[in-house]
Amino acid sequence: MLPDKEFILKLARSAPTELSPEDQERSDLLKKVSLLRPLVMVNCSTSGVVAGAKQTWEAIENYVSDRSIDIDLAETGSIGLSSEEPVVSVQLPGRTRLFFSKVTADRVPNMLDDLFHHVVPDQKLIGQLRQSGHEPWSDLPYLDEIPFFALQNRIVMGDCGIIDPFSMGEYIVGGGYKAFLQTIRSLTISEVCDLVVASGLRGRSGGGFATGLKWKAAFNTPSDQKYLICNAEESDPGAFMDRNLMEGNPFLLLEGISIAAYAIGSNRAYIYIRSEYKDAIRKIKNAILQLRESGLLGDNIMDSGYNLQISLRKGPGAFVCGEETALIASLEGKRGMPSSKPPYPSTSGYLGRPTVVNNVETLSNLPAIIRNGPQWFNGIGPEGCPGTKIFSISGRVRISGLVEVPMGTTFNTIVNEIAGGVETGRELKALHVGGPAGCMVPAEMMDVPVSFESLKSNELVMGSGGILVMDDKTCVVNTVKYFMDYVDKQSCGKCIPCREGTRRMAEILRSIIRKSTDEEGHTTLELFKGVMQLESLAEVMKDTSLCGLGQNAPNPVLSSLKYFRHEYEEHIFDRKCNSNTCTELRSWFIDVDMCTGCSICAKRCPTEAIIGTARHPYFIVQQKCIGCGICYEVCKFTAVYYK
Amino acid sequence: MGIRLEVNGRAIEAVKGETVLTALNRNGMHVPTICNLKDLSPSGACRMCVVEVKGLETLVPACSFPIEEPMTILTHSPRVLRARKTNVELLLSNHPDDCLYCERSGSCELQSLSEDLNIRERRIPGKKSPHKMDKSSPAIVRDPAKCILCGRCVRICEEIMSTSCLDFAHRGNELCISTTLSKPLNFSNCTSCGQCLISCPTGALIEHVQFPELDAHIHEPEKIVVAQFTPAVAVSVAEQLGYKPGTNLSGIITAVLRRYGFDHVLETSFGAEMMMMEQVEIYKKRAAEGNGLLLMTSSCPSWVQFVEQSYPELIPILSTLKSPQQILGALIKEWYPKQPGNENKEIVSVVITSCTAAKTEARRVEMSKSGIPVIDLVLTTRELARLIKLSGLDLDRLEPEQPDAPFYSPGSAGKLCGVAGGEIEATVRTLYSNLTGRELPPAKLHRFRIHKSFREMVIEVGDREVIMGTVSGLSNAVALLKEIKNGKRKVDLLEVMACPDGCVNGGGQPLPVDEKVLRNRSKAVYDLDNGSKLHTAHQSPSIQKIYNEVLGEPGGEKSQELLFTTFKKREVLL
Repeated sequence: MLPDKEFILKLARSAPTELSPEDQERSDLLKKVSLLRPLVMVNCSTSGVVAGAKQTWEAIENYVSDRSIDIDLAETGSIGLSSEEPVVSVQLPGRTRLFFSKVTADRVPNMLDDLFHHVVPDQKLIGQLRQSGHEPWSDLPYLDEIPFFALQNRIVMGDCGIIDPFSMGEYIVGGGYKAFLQTIRSLTISEVCDLVVASGLRGRSGGGFATGLKWKAAFNTPSDQKYLICNAEESDPGAFMDRNLMEGNPFLLLEGISIAAYAIGSNRAYIYIRSEYKDAIRKIKNAILQLRESGLLGDNIMDSGYNLQISLRKGPGAFVCGEETALIASLEGKRGMPSSKPPYPSTSGYLGRPTVVNNVETLSNLPAIIRNGPQWFNGIGPEGCPGTKIFSISGRVRISGLVEVPMGTTFNTIVNEIAGGVETGRELKALHVGGPAGCMVPAEMMDVPVSFESLKSNELVMGSGGILVMDDKTCVVNTVKYFMDYVDKQSCGKCIPCREGTRRMAEILRSIIRKSTDEEGHTTLELFKGVMQLESLAEVMKDTSLCGLGQNAPNPVLSSLKYFRHEYEEHIFDRKCNSNTCTELRSWFIDVDMCTGCSICAKRCPTEAIIGTARHPYFIVQQKCIGCGICYEVCKFTAVYYK
Repeated sequence: MGIRLEVNGRAIEAVKGETVLTALNRNGMHVPTICNLKDLSPSGACRMCVVEVKGLETLVPACSFPIEEPMTILTHSPRVLRARKTNVELLLSNHPDDCLYCERSGSCELQSLSEDLNIRERRIPGKKSPHKMDKSSPAIVRDPAKCILCGRCVRICEEIMSTSCLDFAHRGNELCISTTLSKPLNFSNCTSCGQCLISCPTGALIEHVQFPELDAHIHEPEKIVVAQFTPAVAVSVAEQLGYKPGTNLSGIITAVLRRYGFDHVLETSFGAEMMMMEQVEIYKKRAAEGNGLLLMTSSCPSWVQFVEQSYPELIPILSTLKSPQQILGALIKEWYPKQPGNENKEIVSVVITSCTAAKTEARRVEMSKSGIPVIDLVLTTRELARLIKLSGLDLDRLEPEQPDAPFYSPGSAGKLCGVAGGEIEATVRTLYSNLTGRELPPAKLHRFRIHKSFREMVIEVGDREVIMGTVSGLSNAVALLKEIKNGKRKVDLLEVMACPDGCVNGGGQPLPVDEKVLRNRSKAVYDLDNGSKLHTAHQSPSIQKIYNEVLGEPGGEKSQELLFTTFKKREVLL
């Protein structure tokens, strides 16, 4: 009997439509369609670990070793329910897989007690996986029925959280690498480019440029060496879809990279990943190693005559290195500073050669497009913007996580129907879409369909797909300040408008949310001047900056000024934050009925703003108060309150 | 291939592939630039040259946008002007409000940009980044607070001078220009050439001004203050005094300095002619023992330090002579104390030069006697201009005067050293005479005077061929030496000048400098030589007198003591 690895390669090489009974049985085991023993999978990727998945894993190990129970315990990625982590799934032989949420270490014993006795624990059950040939559990919802999953179309993310990201066998036996081998065996380079052009695939990092056309530009530039670079430097705060794809299904990305490299005539690909993504790095390293050992990477892949090497490079941690020319400079060992375009990297990029830089999500779409054909892809989503988009949702929303929907889905569907909307008692104020380069979508625009064209016509952008949900208690100005602070720190400093402009805009925003007498001494009049500067600075930055970081940094400011100007004006003229978030704008008072005159608050006040005589109620002088709230913290009689 | 552009309503022809800026400049249309450096690839950092192109969403930088098809361009539309003005206002918001006290006031590019863009109010308030000045180098003072991060110094130091002692550090609004490990400049491999200084648009890089120290010496009766000034200074200080660029003011400078209070005024060209006399003897000795590249000049202090730091294996090929100013300085400190009446007087020796490296050179251990520097003060051309303005003298009413005997040479050989190639040209005249007994007509070497960074010429000297060469700009020198090492070129006698085009383009020269100004200065030096009646060092009566009365023979014991020096490998933080 062939060892597992040989068996897998045999299947990959021949890609048979029908298998012999022995092969079918073996394949089913690898695909986890049939099991010899119970399978327990724990999401040990980043989203799981931060919720306690490592402790859950240990608890499960201890449980089964104490009772000498034989199980398969495996890591998996995230199914996208980030606020419900750690997610644990259990598949008993012959039965469908069950998914449970919030399985912290303390819940493990009871849960496993029930399950190994074929009793379904009724708390925190997400649902069962629809698997043909498995006996379903009665009266339990299928995953694809619950609203979170039902409205998604997970053509890219589908296997994340289901498969073992360390298992090349599971990936290949499940149909992986079929697309790549078919491509290098039977399609010419130019045919692959045409196919992807026909599919209409557009870049998923925010630019929305037609992927096939970018490839063609590199393909048409003669050179002795071409490069394909996968941009895994995902540093948008609030964006984690690329991370999830790499942690959940690294082989999918590698297959996509292999197809793309072939299509542009390159035999050298790099993955530029941010060094903070340690889990993704270890999984990708493992995947590359397995592919190399099996001959799916390297020289003369599967006797096709095509050579390909994929290397992993860690970025030292700069948001600006997500910009393609800065990324290329960083790869070359120089400072990660962008350069002017044109010339574009497709004609002159890494080491002066034609280079295509593609996003992780874009590349992960490729295997399915090759397998199912461009018409299939075209059929999803609206015309001109086919396919799906993965959104990462966080903020004041019931379910935070990752959602993959066809292009053209509305924000309303994504946030309210899929992610559960804001908590009871709160109202949705706006969405902040696209991170520091993004824009605000006010509540009244929630029915805008999400596609490149429809967003552009509404003067919105989708960015890389991060959605921050803001409710009525979220301060718009504070949120914009948060993003501006981020860009201020991350600006590379090369060009004047971005380097100085982001710093000044951040200063102005900071002064708006602070009390009127801070070290800068900004009075209301200066603040008014500040808001006028904000708009004109923002416009010049957009018009003149060297790269996308500077050009898009003013977007949050400009879009929030458009729809929430009144919030800015309240902060500036009324010196009030109606969402009660900007603590320095709070007005603090002492309740004369509760105050015993102990004078502790007066002694602790950093600006000596509290006056009074002992054993009489004290009084806060508003002009001297800086809103720090120390008096509130030290008062034992709850006599201090704010309005 | 010609492409038609419409710029501000006017049709101009452009070449496919060239940048918009090149096309505009060729047609006499100008847009402001800061980070752009001629002859180097565009940076696109400052965004001052942005123009509006019909059909494109954002403004594009003219310096780096290639012309591929016909375009309609507006260079001064309201949108563009607003962008440029905001850019400069942003720079000013992080710049010290120091104009009145700044060394660069009057020649500062940020100042002229603000005027051109009509910036008349502090529109953008905000905190300024804190910075510390670096005064560690004897030659160059760094004031990062005034730096506008254009990157010109970085590129010049790296690409033109192969030194790379300055680079960007940190990110965003903490971005600054720094040295390796942020150490003071004198720890780095800086050779004080000052090219960064003359490329700096603001007062972020200035020379270490020593001119106020003169006050302690100039009117003291117990001190004899001797000044010497170089030929490059003589043809360049005119630019700061309202004269036509290239006017030779040597006689006037001598007159001013005497009236200012200097006891004796000399010209460094005398020291240069001494150097040539000695150089010929050194060359002859080496030519008798070997072949190939026998001698590289050691008159340029920046080049010498560069060799000591980065190419110490080449020290044996360097000449063993001091620079002209140090040679004359040594003679000054040897001769003046022995003159009657000077027994209890202190001799203070001042050099006025176009060279910032001379300030560092004056502090070298080898250039001191009994622990005291032979040259006490080094002033740049710019400092001389201040001195002259402070003197209040009306230059038009002054008659040109001659420098003091015995250190006055009326010939032009020493004065040629002001331009790159001049030193070797004049040295070869003496070499020729020494080896053949005949005089070489100066016009024979005029072919050498082309404007290229490297030039070579084969001279028949008696029965042998001598290949003389000159190279300026340290990167060019490095490339040339590589070619010589690989056998691709042959040079016997090589003059190396660190500053491109030689001392007329030194770090101490009037600012701003451009090609036209440089050409005027170089032409003035050549005109001096062409119009002179005495073209060689060895035929100069005063040179002959010094050897007869003081030094003996060229290469003799006294020469060795006063005019020769040693070089050694230096460890620096690269």
